[in-house]
Amino acid sequence: MSTEAVHDEHHDHKPTGWRRWVFSTNHKDIGTMYLIFALVMLFLGGASAMMLRAELWEPGLQIVDPNTYNNLLTNHALIMVFGAVMPAAAGMANWMLPMMIGAPDMALPRLNNLSFWLLPFAALMLIMSFVVPHFGGGVPINTGWTLYPPLSLQAGIGMDFGIFTLHILGISSIMASINIVTTIVNMRAPGMTWFKLPLFAWAWLLTGLLLIVIMPVLAGGVTMLLFDRHFGTSFFDAAGGGDPVLFQHLFWFFGHPEVYVLLLPSIGILGMVVPTFSRKPLFAYKPLVYSMFFLTALGLVVWAHHQYTVGMSKEVTEYFMIGTILISIPVGYMLFSFIFTMWRGSMTFETPMLFAVAIVLMFSFAGVTGVMLAVVPADLQYHDTYFVVAHFHYALIPGALFGIYAGVFYWLPKWTGHMYDERLGKIFFWWTTISFNLTFFVQHFVGLAGMPRRISDYSPVFTDFNQISSIGAFAFGASHLLFLWIIIKTVRGGKKVGDKPWDGAQVGNAGLEWTLPSPPPFHSFSTPPVVK
Amino acid sequence: MTSTTEGYYIPEPSRWPIVGAVTVFTMLVGTALWMNHLSPGPWIMLIGMLMLVLLFKGWFGDVITENLAGSYNGRVDRSFRQGMFWFITSEVFFFITFFGCLYYLRNITLPYLGGEGHLANSHLLWKDFTYSWPPLQLPDASHYTQAKEAMEPGGIPLWNTIILLSSGGTLTWAHWGLKKNSNRQLVLGLVMTIALGLTFFCLQAYEYGHAYTEMDLTLNSGIYGSTFYLLTGFHGFHVTVGSIMLMVILGRAIKRHFSPHNHFAFEAVAWYWHFVDVVWIALYIFVYWL
Ligand code: HEM
Ligand SMILES: [Cu+2]
Repeated sequence: MSTEAVHDEHHDHKPTGWRRWVFSTNHKDIGTMYLIFALVMLFLGGASAMMLRAELWEPGLQIVDPNTYNNLLTNHALIMVFGAVMPAAAGMANWMLPMMIGAPDMALPRLNNLSFWLLPFAALMLIMSFVVPHFGGGVPINTGWTLYPPLSLQAGIGMDFGIFTLHILGISSIMASINIVTTIVNMRAPGMTWFKLPLFAWAWLLTGLLLIVIMPVLAGGVTMLLFDRHFGTSFFDAAGGGDPVLFQHLFWFFGHPEVYVLLLPSIGILGMVVPTFSRKPLFAYKPLVYSMFFLTALGLVVWAHHQYTVGMSKEVTEYFMIGTILISIPVGYMLFSFIFTMWRGSMTFETPMLFAVAIVLMFSFAGVTGVMLAVVPADLQYHDTYFVVAHFHYALIPGALFGIYAGVFYWLPKWTGHMYDERLGKIFFWWTTISFNLTFFVQHFVGLAGMPRRISDYSPVFTDFNQISSIGAFAFGASHLLFLWIIIKTVRGGKKVGDKPWDGAQVGNAGLEWTLPSPPPFHSFSTPPVVK
Repeated sequence: MTSTTEGYYIPEPSRWPIVGAVTVFTMLVGTALWMNHLSPGPWIMLIGMLMLVLLFKGWFGDVITENLAGSYNGRVDRSFRQGMFWFITSEVFFFITFFGCLYYLRNITLPYLGGEGHLANSHLLWKDFTYSWPPLQLPDASHYTQAKEAMEPGGIPLWNTIILLSSGGTLTWAHWGLKKNSNRQLVLGLVMTIALGLTFFCLQAYEYGHAYTEMDLTLNSGIYGSTFYLLTGFHGFHVTVGSIMLMVILGRAIKRHFSPHNHFAFEAVAWYWHFVDVVWIALYIFVYWL
């Protein structure tokens, strides 16, 4: 690599061979491993989604039996949430945070590697949970990612592997979050004050704090499930004085903030991408940071909007309804910040920016359906239908996944030193965006008409719309082969880029990554830069 | 021989993280098999635990060596401190979860089951069930063994409160010793703390034995037994871990590893111990007393 010369009086020696990766203490190598892992999981989760959509091509049972269908559904969600989106966001944090804030590496490099290496083992554990039922291990995990008892108490040994998968993932995310929060608090270069911090760092700071709070709650909840399953306790059994609804509270106390964990890093990426391609500093940066705080805090106290139908008291339900509707204030604020950043900017539409604009549009749509779902009397109708499925896919695919794609295209030149193929990037953007909308838009209608979620069969009246959905889904899945190809192509070669591939990249609260060569040296900042 | 960057210490590639990941995986696979009565389970768990011991010895051994070699500057020290702080925060939320469950069950679930309020469901489920805490009588005991009596706050739990609180005191006294560079006071304070921790542990074990054999209070005696063992059990587990950490610190203190200005390991363990202390107080109030 050409970088040694630039940055190193101290030998920039890299460990070589497999040891470089397996024993790594380098934030970039660990970041790369996170990103590759996420990509593999994206394909695995995608493959299970393709099977779901194939099964739903027509009413009746075609390909898989109902238990396997629900198992695939559960795995799809767990893999996408914990295997694809979170590791991708953590990979970006690893790669970018030290470079952005002018640190030599993450604060705790060995812990960092442990956080990563737990993930492949969690994946292995999940695969075991999927495989053992086929060898006499009883019923597979057929509950959906929410793992509600009593169904989860009745599944076979696969459920135990599933619970332990969550334990491993929990350990991994808590340690990763501790590391990230510590890095942002303790490792900033001199002069990188709080309000000079790139938005991506703010977003990850809040994400990390959220994870430190919610992951132990999930771990506690699934541990109680385990006890009920094997040690005779009665936490979730009313006959012994327990309560299955208690588990729902535990799950959603984790689960609702978890959707912000998926969302916030991508909002952080938008906070970098939008100013770059609008060539204007972020509009109202400080209030935007405050609104992210507000979102984080509020996100911790609105969880029971997932349980309106379960029979909570009127006062409690009202409280959760009002709290949930309030969330649209910070969410709306963020979106307006991005829109006003674009306003009168000299915008260009490279692939990251295309994604950014599409995210603002489509994510707003999820906000609108979200407010509909927040309203109790309406939700009693929508709950557990495809309307909810449509809502959260509009929230998560633009809100989390597309944000990550925007980040990948934005930083790929920095990581590899090569410019990606802009034409292919644009094709990828239009292909995914159109097929995504094709897949999920119609689900609003079948949902409103009453098609329940998590069932492998449906009434024949829904056939047409489901076929549209399936066609969209296959196209969406296929588009990712192009994504893979673009990445491979860029890694292997392409137009060389300088330190600053985007001419707008240093407006406002940009990160320090643009002051480093592309690709950056093995150790980012051997001596801390001074930010003026 | 380190890939130094000025000041902040970046460790060389290390084998411990991957060993750690394999260890966690091994232990959990073993546990899953054991819980389902599959024969290799306990053996795999045992292997996992041995690996855990080696892992900690190896990893912390490296950290200690680096520290004694003077590789860590003030900023590295701050990273360790902040890391420990956030770790304890996550542990706090782990316990808050269980206290939250106790609150929910006592104030929402059980009153409904017992027929209070407009959401009462006793007329649909178990007509004869009336609620009082501790609920020795269960809504439907066909799958459970009902406890004969409940835990009293006097006696052993009270003693344990006194013991654990004093152990916090002896630990602080040890810290004072460390700060004024009196190794004798440090070692003595640590020995007393460990002794108190072990006494607590033994009394707790005795109490569990008593509950199981005399009171019929088991994991299987409905929600009272479930919450009782959940909270005290996880706390007891933390006391055990804390005691082991204190013993390591004692060993290092005897080797004179600490100086008045460089003793983060001691402080980390002390924070942890105080945290376990505070959890116990909450436990004593909400589980034994109220
Ligand atoms: C204005 C903002 C939002 C509001 C008011 C809102 C409201 C809701 C409500 C009330 C539900 C429960 C629907 C039901 O089950 O009946 C729900 C489900 C869901 N929302 Fe949102 N939401 C918002 C934004 C988001 C965001 C930003 C994300 C993720 C990035 C998200 C992800 C989800 C997910 C994953 C579910 C379904 C979980 C499941 O049942 O498996 N939402 N939302
Ligand atoms: Cu929610």
